Amino acid sequence: MSHKKTLRRFWLIAGLTLICFLINFPKQLPLKIHLGKINWEHTLYRPEFNLGKFTLNKNIDLKYGLDLAGGSSLLFDIDTSKIPSTELSSALESLKSNIERRINLFGVSETSVQINKQQDKYRLQIDLPGVENINDAISLIGTTAQLSFKGEVDIPKEATATATIYDLFSKDTGINGSHLKQASVQINSNNSQPEVSLEFNEEGTKLFAQATKELVGKRIAIFIDNYPVTAPTVKDEITEGKASISGSFDSKSAKELAVQLNAGALPLPISIIQQSQVGATLGQDSLNKGILAGLVGLALVALFMIANYGKVGLIADIGLIIYALITLTLYRLIPITLTFPGIVGFILSIGMAVDSNILIFERLKEETRLGKDWNMALETAFGRAWDSIKDANTCTIITGFILFNPFNWSFLSTSGMIRGFAVTLILGIFVGIFTGVFVTRNLLRVFAKQKLSIKANS
Amino acid sequence: MKLRPLFLVISSILLGVSLFSIIKWQFKPSIDFTGGTLWELNIPDYSQEKLNQVFSKNNLELKSVNNTGTNQYLLKFSDITPDKKTELIKSFKESFPKYSELKFETLGATLGQELFKKTLAAIILSSIFLFLFIGRRFRDLSFGVGAILAMLHDTFILIGSFSLFGHFFGAELDALFVTALLTTLSSSVHDTVVTFDRIRELRRHSFQKDWVSLANQAVTETLVRSINNSMTIIFMLLALVLLGGSTTRWFATALLVGVICGTYSSTAVAIPLVLFFKKHSKKK
Repeated sequence: MSHKKTLRRFWLIAGLTLICFLINFPKQLPLKIHLGKINWEHTLYRPEFNLGKFTLNKNIDLKYGLDLAGGSSLLFDIDTSKIPSTELSSALESLKSNIERRINLFGVSETSVQINKQQDKYRLQIDLPGVENINDAISLIGTTAQLSFKGEVDIPKEATATATIYDLFSKDTGINGSHLKQASVQINSNNSQPEVSLEFNEEGTKLFAQATKELVGKRIAIFIDNYPVTAPTVKDEITEGKASISGSFDSKSAKELAVQLNAGALPLPISIIQQSQVGATLGQDSLNKGILAGLVGLALVALFMIANYGKVGLIADIGLIIYALITLTLYRLIPITLTFPGIVGFILSIGMAVDSNILIFERLKEETRLGKDWNMALETAFGRAWDSIKDANTCTIITGFILFNPFNWSFLSTSGMIRGFAVTLILGIFVGIFTGVFVTRNLLRVFAKQKLSIKANS
Repeated sequence: MKLRPLFLVISSILLGVSLFSIIKWQFKPSIDFTGGTLWELNIPDYSQEKLNQVFSKNNLELKSVNNTGTNQYLLKFSDITPDKKTELIKSFKESFPKYSELKFETLGATLGQELFKKTLAAIILSSIFLFLFIGRRFRDLSFGVGAILAMLHDTFILIGSFSLFGHFFGAELDALFVTALLTTLSSSVHDTVVTFDRIRELRRHSFQKDWVSLANQAVTETLVRSINNSMTIIFMLLALVLLGGSTTRWFATALLVGVICGTYSSTAVAIPLVLFFKKHSKKK
């Protein structure tokens, strides 16, 4: 390896470290220096990244999972027994989009809605960061109201007295919740009253056109769970699949109706089987403790390396810091949602990252003991240790992948906690190999030129 | 490898104690396995009596109450529906007007059985893949079987130790324990592979040597590395156990037990097993 090439690699590593450092730099860092007469206050900002035409304006803040940021997580069973298997996938898809729409009405950002298959059962997993009132969320999401549209029929005069509303609206239009694409609140431009507008899907549009054609001059009633919500009069045939319900709404009741209608549109019934909720204070507390533990552990490992391997150990420590910076950068860029088990995975992987260095340094000791020149010993040690590093880490990666379950195999876990751990562990191993082998090796080569000698313990 | 009889004794004791504890005290499964509700609350005006009243009024059996910090209490009871929770909150507000909620989790029993099956599936799958990998890498059945048996040895001791911890310190088996178990599988094999690698390398250089002296040399040469490496991981995990807070204390403890076992077993279990197999296959 020529010295020139080594130097080039050294600058490459230095550059990479600098970029990672800048990415991990806090958005704002106020600096205050008060020393005698010197009063200096300055706030450092994270620089904007402008690389030619490429601008990095992506949000690169670390994302925290519900257990750290606080929020609610809900798991529902989806009842698929009443739907033919040919329509299952489209029903699941529309269930998902329906739920997403409902959550949007709740006004929560960065929510996640997932459908998991567990053997022959389907599950709906919903994460709501920042939502502390879990019951509100459940009642909004979990209402399995059935929506139906019924047309008015003529009641014979002699029966009027005994007729109920269900007799009056007994003409089935065939339209139900699954035909509704969306209900939303609008303000009528003529009288600035709020009204609820309905939008049907393709099939719903046809059915609605047919129903309104037959019912001109009569009323059409909307029932939710067989409870009449509203019964507007049909003025004309409606063919474009859109309708609006005007009445004596205020903006709140209009919004409620819209939510109810959207809620009624669930194509598959769901029932809750797991709820969990973490308050933001508890999450923050866990996060602080995790960071503290990580820093203390890191300091101990760093001291241990210096105590055992002297100056070479110090270089391993530098490698370790670069390791931490690169890993955090990847968390930000991919991005990876950090959970508490994820932090444990990260901390564990720091411990493992040093492993490559220890393997190499022990080899280095052996080789120098054999009387080899230090530079030669360095190259042999790296070469020999590489086999072990590769084999040993492959084992961890195998288990990591089984834990992460990338193909969503239904006989393995898809739990967010376990995945959070697996993903940081796997990432940690790859970065660990990179810093443990490539980074430390080249740093050592550069410093070896200055005739560094290894402190042999024995 | 003169220490083989000693290792045999140590391992037998560890395995025996594990087996004894598992049979005698079983485990304390968490709600992840059994289903149920965990509710962590901040109650400044706490009183045990009032709490019991609230629960009996709601026809719920309060299984346990743990004090997790200043005015912080962790309640455990059977799984409840959202409606039931609304009722519970209502009567809580009457009895403890100043309470606030920190964490709430409830799940049904079917989910717990699912987790159990998935754990088993993951352990079997990991074992198969690791066995295939080692078998292929070393082209030798004894190595594969040795590594896998050492791994199962560690797994069993970890499970046994949690039966003990559960009995004496109230540690529970939860979804994270499962994760720790699987990580132990890999870290155990990780260590074993490094030692095996050294045997393979030595064998290439000195073909005439017998297996026992090869193994001796490999162990002497890798022992420092093995211990040093475990030390760094132990530092990290110890920091987590002591400073990381209650949520993951047992998780970190399980990983710690796993790492220590893994280091021990690579030298004390895997290698003697390989030697045993080699001796046996020669006789045939």
